[in-house]
Amino acid sequence: MYDSLVPPRRGVTGAEPAMPTVDEPPREAGAPRAAEPPQDRLAAVAAGREVEAEVHDSVLAEPPVLEVDRFNLWYGAKQALHRITMPVPLNKVTALVGPSGCGKSTLLRSVNRLNDLVQSVRITGDMRINGDSIYDPRMDVIELRKRMGMVFQKPNPFPMSIYENVVYSLRIDGETNRAVLDEVCERSLRGAALWDEVKDRLQESALGMSGGQQQRLCIARAIAAEPEVLLLDEPCSALDPIATGKIEDLIQELRGQYSVLMVTHNMQQASRSSDYTAFMYLGRLIEYGATTDIFTKPVLRETEAYVTGRFG
Amino acid sequence: MNSDRPARRIRSGHATLTAHGEPWVWLTAASLAIAIAMIVGLLVFIAFRGLSTFWPVPLERLTLADGRAVLGEVTDREAAVTATSQAVGHPARRLVRTGDFDGTGNHYEWIDDTAITETSRPEWATVVERVEAGRLHGVPKRMLHGTEVVAEGPEAVWAAYLKEHDAVRTRALRAQRIDKRDRGELQRRLRAARLAVVQAGLDAGPASERAVAAEARERALAEEIAILDVALDEETARLRGANDGWAIEFETPSGGVAAVPLDGIVRAWQPNRLALGESLSLYFSRWGEFLVDDPREANSAGGVFPAIWGTVTMTLIMALFVAPFGVLAALYLREYAGRGPITTAVRVAINNLAGVPSIVYGAFGLGFFCYVLGAGIDDLFFKASLVADGQPTFGTGGLLWASLTLALLTLPVVIVATEEALSAVPNSMREGSYACGAGKWQTIRRIVLPRALPGIMTGLILAMARGAGEVAPLMLVGVKKLALDLPVDGTFPFIHPEREFMHLAYLIYDVGFQSPNSQAARPMVFTITFLLVAIIALLNVAAIWLRSRLRRRFVAQQF
Ligand SMILES: Nc1ncnc2c1ncn2[C@@H]1O[C@H](COP(=O)(O)OP(=O)(O)OP(=O)(O)O)[C@@H](O)[C@H]1O
Ligand SMILES: [Mg+2]
Repeated sequence: MYDSLVPPRRGVTGAEPAMPTVDEPPREAGAPRAAEPPQDRLAAVAAGREVEAEVHDSVLAEPPVLEVDRFNLWYGAKQALHRITMPVPLNKVTALVGPSGCGKSTLLRSVNRLNDLVQSVRITGDMRINGDSIYDPRMDVIELRKRMGMVFQKPNPFPMSIYENVVYSLRIDGETNRAVLDEVCERSLRGAALWDEVKDRLQESALGMSGGQQQRLCIARAIAAEPEVLLLDEPCSALDPIATGKIEDLIQELRGQYSVLMVTHNMQQASRSSDYTAFMYLGRLIEYGATTDIFTKPVLRETEAYVTGRFG
Repeated sequence: MNSDRPARRIRSGHATLTAHGEPWVWLTAASLAIAIAMIVGLLVFIAFRGLSTFWPVPLERLTLADGRAVLGEVTDREAAVTATSQAVGHPARRLVRTGDFDGTGNHYEWIDDTAITETSRPEWATVVERVEAGRLHGVPKRMLHGTEVVAEGPEAVWAAYLKEHDAVRTRALRAQRIDKRDRGELQRRLRAARLAVVQAGLDAGPASERAVAAEARERALAEEIAILDVALDEETARLRGANDGWAIEFETPSGGVAAVPLDGIVRAWQPNRLALGESLSLYFSRWGEFLVDDPREANSAGGVFPAIWGTVTMTLIMALFVAPFGVLAALYLREYAGRGPITTAVRVAINNLAGVPSIVYGAFGLGFFCYVLGAGIDDLFFKASLVADGQPTFGTGGLLWASLTLALLTLPVVIVATEEALSAVPNSMREGSYACGAGKWQTIRRIVLPRALPGIMTGLILAMARGAGEVAPLMLVGVKKLALDLPVDGTFPFIHPEREFMHLAYLIYDVGFQSPNSQAARPMVFTITFLLVAIIALLNVAAIWLRSRLRRRFVAQQF
C-alpha cells in the first residue's frame, strides 16, 4: 500500500483555473449542472448527478489559508471526491461533517498528500496552501508535510519516549540543539494541555500513557513544528467523555492561533468548537457556512435534517 | 407473544458437547502434552547421560568360574532372555568397563551373572587415566624411580604418587607445549620467510634485488631458528630426563603387573575410597579438563575446547553476516519493492530456500566459496603459498567459508521473520511519521526498525539455533576432526578466517561413529551432546535477554 511517495498522476496546477477536461470519467461529461430543488438534492447526488454546493458568503469573506479548487479523487475506478471547492479560513476552526464514507478523511488526507501513499489514487484539480499549489509537480511532498500537522482518528504515538515523540519533526530535520528541543517540547506539551501530567516522565515510553494522553501527545507532536494548518481526523472518536472534553478545551485554546480543519461525527462538538462547518455527502460538498448558521438556519433542508440527527 | 410459532427445541446431548468443544480441548491439550513430554524427555535423557559421564563409579572385582577375574565399572545390566526357536537366549548379565585394553583389546565386556563366583570392592582398586591407551584398572603395588623402589604397598605408593605426580605431570606438559606450540611457532616464522622469498621472486623476478634480500633474510632466520631449536631440544631433554624412570607398578586383577610411567598418568583415583566431597572435586576437575583442554586419543579423551571455540566463533560470525543481509533484504522486499508477480515470486523462492537440504548448501559452499572465490583470492594475494608448497590458503574449507555457507543457509529464516516483524508494525505509525514530514528512510530507521527489532531478534535466534547445530554442510567447508590451531587466537593477526576448525556437532559424529575406539568414547558422545545443547541454549538465552530488553524499551502495553 505504501510503495511510492510519487503519485501515479499529478493534477492540473493551480495556475490556470480552467476546468480540467482530461481525465474526467466520460459519465460525468454530460451531467446536468443546474441546481436542483433543495429537497431532491441528496437523491440527485445519490443518482450521480452534479449538484452545486451551497457556500455561504460569510465563508468567502474570510481570508483563506487553504483553498480546495475543483478537486476530484478516484480510488481506482471509484470516485471518492467530486469537484470539491472550498476555502478554509485562516486562524479559524473549520469542521467537516457528514455520514460515514462520504470522503471526509479522504479530503483531509489529500491536503497533506498522504493519499500519495495509496497506489490506486488518481486526482484532478488542485489545492493551495497560502497560495502555493499543493499538487504542483515541483512541490516537495516532504517540505509540504512539514507545513502541516495531522492528528489521526486513533492515537498513534511512536515507539519512543514522550520527549522524542514531541520533537520528532525537529529530529528528522536534524535539530540537535538540546535547548531548542527542550523549549519546543515544553511549549508543545503546554499547548496540548499535557505538560503538567507528563513533565516528570518525559523519558518514559509514550506507549505507556492512557489513550487520552496519547491523543493529546499526538496533538503536541502535530503543533511542535508550528504548522500552517492543523488537520484533525475525528480526534476524539477513540476517547471517553473526559478526555474528549480536554481535547475540546484544547481546540478552543488553539482557536485564533492555528488554522484547524477538523473532521467530526459529533454534532455538539462541531457546534461547540468550530467557527465554520462544511456538510459533505457521498463525496460532494453540500453546504458550507458559519457554524451558527449551519446549525440554526441552514439554507438547505437536508443540512438541517443531518445536523439535527434526523438522518445520517 | 406469538403463541402460534413452534417453540424452538433446545437440543441436548452430543450437540451440547460439540458446542462446548470439550473434545477439542482434550485433543489440543493432549498434543501439547505429548510435545512437551518428548522435549523434556530428550533434554532429561541427554542431561542425565551427559552429566553422569565424569562421576566416579565404584570398581567391582568379579571372580569368574573359569578362574579369571576382572576389575571394572558395571555400566549396564540386562535381564535374562529365554531362548526362543529363533535366537539363543542368555542369562542375566552385566556390561563391565574392564580397563584392560592392553590385555583383551576391549574396553567393555559382557559377563553372565551365572559365571560370577565372587564379587568384592577392593579398597585400593585404582582407576588410572593414561595419556595413551585409555584406562587401566589395578591395585598400586610399587613405585619405582629407575631401579630404586620408592614405595611399596598401596598406601605408601598412593602417598608417593600424590607427592610426585604434580611435578612430573607439569614437566611433561611443559615439554609437550614446547614441542607443539613453540616449535610450531618457529616453523610458522620460517615458512613466512620462505613465502616472502617466493613472493619476491614472483613480483620482481628470481634474481632481483628484492628476492636476494628476502633470501638473505630467510637464511639469517634459518640460522637463528636452528640455534633456538637446539635450545628447545635441550630444554625438552632436560624436562623429559627429570621424568625418566618414575613409574608405578599396578597389580591387574588377573594377577599380572602393569608398569605405567608416571608422566603417562593424567590422573588416578580410588573410587571405592572416595568420600562425597572428594568425588565432587574429582567430578569438577574432570569437567574442567573437558572444557578447557585439547582432545587426546583421537578425540575420545581429554577436552573439547577447540570445538567449543570453533562452534561459538562460527555461530557468531554467521550471525554477523546473516543479520544485516537478511534485514536489509527483508526491508527492501517489504518496504520498497512494489506489489507484483516478481515480488511474489521472490518471496516464494525465499520460502523454498528454507526447505533446501543443508548438504546442498555445503556443496555450494565448497564449489563456490572455496573453489571459486577462495581460489580467486589465493591467486590474487596468496600465490606464494600455492607456488611454494601447493598449499591453498582460502582455496579450501575454513572458518570464513563455513560461516558464509551457514549464513546463506539461515538467510531465509531471517528474511521471513523480519518481513513478518515489519508487517506487524501498524501502518498508523508509518502514516503518523509521514505526516510529520519524515521521508521513507527516516520513517524506517526511526519508527519501523525499532518497533520491529524484537521480532527481527526472534528470527536471528532461530537462525543461530539452526546454524549452531548444523553438521552436514560444515563437513564440506572446513570442519575437521582435529584442528588445534584455533581460528581466533593470540597470534597476529588474531583472526584467521582461512583456518580449519573443530565443531561440537561434527565431533559428536566423529567420536561416536568414526573413532577407532568408539566403545570407550561412548560416554563422551553424550557429554558432548549435552555441551552442544547447553551452548545453543546459552546463545539463545543471551539473545532472548537482549530481545526482552529491547521490547521493554520500545513496546509497552496500551491503555
Ligand atoms: N484506500 C482506499 N482504497 C479504496 N477505497 C477507499 C480507500 N479509502 C477510502 N476509500 C473509500 O472512499 C470513500 C470515502 O472514505 P473516507 O475514509 O474518506 O470516508 P469518511 O468520510 O472519512 O468516513 P468515516 O466517517 O467513516 O471515517 C469510502 O467509500 C471508502 O470506501
Ligand atoms: Mg474517516
